[in-house]
Amino acid sequence: MSSGEHRPLIAVVVFPGSNDDRDAQLALERLGADARRVWHTDRTLPDGTSAVVLPGGFSYGDYLRCGAIARFSPILGAVAAFADGGGPVLGICNGFQILTEAGLLPGVLRANASLAFVCRDVPVLVQQVETPLLARCRPGQGLTLPVKHGEGCWFADDDLLAELEAGGQIALRYAPGSNPNGSVADVAGVSNAEGNVLGLMPHPEHAVDPLLGPVDGALIMGSLVDAARLSAPALV
Amino acid sequence: MRATVLVRPKPGILDPQGQAVSSSLRHLGFDVGETRVGKVVDVELATDDPAEARSQLEAMCARLLANPLIESYAIELEAE
Repeated sequence: MSSGEHRPLIAVVVFPGSNDDRDAQLALERLGADARRVWHTDRTLPDGTSAVVLPGGFSYGDYLRCGAIARFSPILGAVAAFADGGGPVLGICNGFQILTEAGLLPGVLRANASLAFVCRDVPVLVQQVETPLLARCRPGQGLTLPVKHGEGCWFADDDLLAELEAGGQIALRYAPGSNPNGSVADVAGVSNAEGNVLGLMPHPEHAVDPLLGPVDGALIMGSLVDAARLSAPALV
Repeated sequence: MRATVLVRPKPGILDPQGQAVSSSLRHLGFDVGETRVGKVVDVELATDDPAEARSQLEAMCARLLANPLIESYAIELEAE
């Protein structure tokens, strides 16, 4: 079987309050993956999982802080072990919030500076393509992606920001003048030091079908499918 | 025993909620400067030992109740 025909198994974790899991699944299926939704109380990922998506939504009603409760879900232990082993993990919106609360990504997401929920397409600039999850993009490439969030204001203090910038972990920024939430340094997405975990506030999974608008999201979701093909399946 | 945990945005951290509150208070005619909005968590503990309670509450704050990047916390035990 050629690599082009191989449909890698990608787990999409569903928390109580997730609402973008089906779109993520559809986008991944369309881009050549076998995407399977996994309930958050599972303690293991399906056999053969070669990438994981934490989707958008409002897990646990965003109680206390967004992502703060979901990070203690049983499945997160398996996701953390998968990430530690180098497996590709993509966190979108609430999934990004969960990954920061879990310590798998740096920084924290806070209420938008405007205190308003934002829902619109925004221009985003790719900062680096070292992470395999942006491998289909070019450095400096502009993407149009939808955002829809009330708590997307990424924050890191000056020392942490400098460290992340030096380490190439700032993956995506909003184009100048287009920051929808007041995030520090216009950051829209960050990766871990190894590059196998990426979190972003914009929604690539909603931008894969020309019928619904921009399709730049397919570059990111497709990069995840590529990374999944290259990644060894999880043993547990 | 009972305890109260006060979680506050750290000094210097932008607090848009606090800004909105201070602006509303000024509209109402109150002469206020900065206001900051945090959270109150009342906790009922099984233990009656203050030292044990405090150590448990510290662990709760570190693991769940506060995010150290942006929040500070203060613990108040009811007996104190």
